[in-house]
Amino acid sequence: MFRDVFVRYRHKEKLKNKNYKLLERFYASLYLIRRTEEEIIRVYPTDKIKSPVHLSIGQEAVSAGVCAALNGRDVVFGTYRGHAMYLARGGSLKMMIAELYGKAAGCAGGRGGSMHLIDIGNMVMGTSAIVGTTIPISAGYAYGLKYRGSDSAVVSFFGDGAVDEGAFHEAMNFAALKKLPMLFVCENNLYAIHSHHLSRHHSDNICERAAVYGMPAQRIGDDIFSIYNTAKRLLKGVRSGRGPAFIECITCRWKEHVGPGDDFYLGYREKKEVRQAMKRDQLLEVRRLLGASAAGKIEKKIDGEIREAFEFAERSPFPAQEELYANVFKE
Amino acid sequence: MKRVLSYSEAIREATEQEMSRDPSVIVMGMGVDDPKAILGTTKGLAGRFGHERVFDTPLSEDGMTGLAIGAAMSGLRPIHVHIRMDFVLLALNQLINMASKLCYMYAGKISVPVVIRCIIGKSWGQGPQHSQSFYPLFMNIPGLKIAAPSTPYDAKGCLISAIRDNNPVIFVEHRLLYYQKGYCPRGPFTMDFGKARILSRGRDITLVGISHMAVECLRAKRYLQEKGIEAEVIDPVTLSPLDMERIEKSVIKTRKLIVVDNAWIPCGAGAEIISRIMENNSGGDFIFKRMGFAFTPCPTTPALEGSFYPNAKMIAAQAYKMLYPKAGQWKPKANLKIEEVEFNGPF
Repeated sequence: MFRDVFVRYRHKEKLKNKNYKLLERFYASLYLIRRTEEEIIRVYPTDKIKSPVHLSIGQEAVSAGVCAALNGRDVVFGTYRGHAMYLARGGSLKMMIAELYGKAAGCAGGRGGSMHLIDIGNMVMGTSAIVGTTIPISAGYAYGLKYRGSDSAVVSFFGDGAVDEGAFHEAMNFAALKKLPMLFVCENNLYAIHSHHLSRHHSDNICERAAVYGMPAQRIGDDIFSIYNTAKRLLKGVRSGRGPAFIECITCRWKEHVGPGDDFYLGYREKKEVRQAMKRDQLLEVRRLLGASAAGKIEKKIDGEIREAFEFAERSPFPAQEELYANVFKE
Repeated sequence: MKRVLSYSEAIREATEQEMSRDPSVIVMGMGVDDPKAILGTTKGLAGRFGHERVFDTPLSEDGMTGLAIGAAMSGLRPIHVHIRMDFVLLALNQLINMASKLCYMYAGKISVPVVIRCIIGKSWGQGPQHSQSFYPLFMNIPGLKIAAPSTPYDAKGCLISAIRDNNPVIFVEHRLLYYQKGYCPRGPFTMDFGKARILSRGRDITLVGISHMAVECLRAKRYLQEKGIEAEVIDPVTLSPLDMERIEKSVIKTRKLIVVDNAWIPCGAGAEIISRIMENNSGGDFIFKRMGFAFTPCPTTPALEGSFYPNAKMIAAQAYKMLYPKAGQWKPKANLKIEEVEFNGPF
């Protein structure tokens, strides 16, 4: 299933991108997300992270590819499976890990946790645990950008579960109507928790749904080069005032819906599905193109950053009790 | 001569003045730029400020509320108008799951300056789905402010404050109030949220009326005067935050309180106000009564609708019963002169 999507772009897209700097960027982004989440998995049994984690492992290329195609002031909104997007857009790793630990130095002062990451300085405008809610909010932000004549764009990341929500259609209609500068990115990992996309949808037509709103819509696989190239091309149209665009990336969540482990014991999907996805692992793919020595340098640097971030989270203080009542309202 | 405006004119004036002062203020909602212009409250705004700042929306309450939140995050100050508060139910996900908690959830890094204007309908057969006022539901949610002014003066001041507030404000407007006239200054002014207004002083019983019920309480006061009873009438003006100090002070004086909700009674503003008085005055010798909608959906036919809503005569009869429990029932006769209430101010 969906195999055509994965072969279509393969070689030609890659060759176009034998761009060393870009390869390094892709690798740094993919490696940072993968290793950070592996470290979360390692720490999780200690109960120091008291926040449900929805890991992005296996889906990193979507965030890494799209975010590499963004300009400096472009903002992103995402979902509770948001570590990848947050890190790919440049969100502070230290503040993210401190947030997972519930510490005062966390990106949301410990009030948000894994599902509510934010780093406004780095254009990460938030993630939500309520499926689909950030899609119309992204459109609203895009309305504000357009109103002020900004040439920035908004990227709204969401999963295949969100397309079931009315808000998805409400936001797409309005974005198309007002030609808002935004890119919709559907990370279709085929499952909403354990419910398969085709057990919820009349047909395999998520991309076509976007197309009926008159916006360019393209389905691709989770090949980082095709994701990057497609995002880059569509964003050009978005920025030129032609209105929103849509990408559906078929991808695979390797881990369980929530938590640090595997979930094959549940029997809702075949191990084969995930094994096939692992064969497409973009981290290994990009590493191969980059070469072991260049990759090794990046790995060393990032390993250090991750170690530092976890140490920082460990030794940071928890918020003081009076923080409970702070910021219910903005002054 | 004092300057007199209707409630709806006061809302329009507040919006126009804020829009000309601050280019980040926008108005959105179904019908805001149509010929009827939300009962005149958005009249002329699209012409003056353009369709980027005053725009009609699709029938997508949830999505458009998200849009308002996102626009607010980007630096705009949207006023989202709902011609019926009943429609706001479709937006509860965005209002409660997002708008009310983004500031807290992100440790104050995000603010959501949006005003949700909600109009409550009554009579002319508004019926079960055009008459509901859900402010008690919102009173249960931290992170939301709620205003439900009853006078043109308060409508203007509160709306300007709501627009300038950096938090989501649910702004409740009763349609029957739209034609009420009263003193209203020409220039822009703000009002502190959490300040109740004593609409009329009295020593015998305290009547707290919410939104349009403040008017019914003023009428009830006049009926009670026939019996030599002086009621103190208080309009809380904002329900979140709630000015308990002023209400409590009045109740300590009169020992008797009726809260007339413009909504159903269970878990309503009446329950909240009375509980807080009890908590702060243990052993206090008070008599309380809650009044509000009959606990049924609102019937359309006027034959039943009359009994669904509390009115001035019912409130007066209830007050009399509380003051003279042994005197037997008294019900005032309808008097058109008494029913005419105009707000004179200045307050």
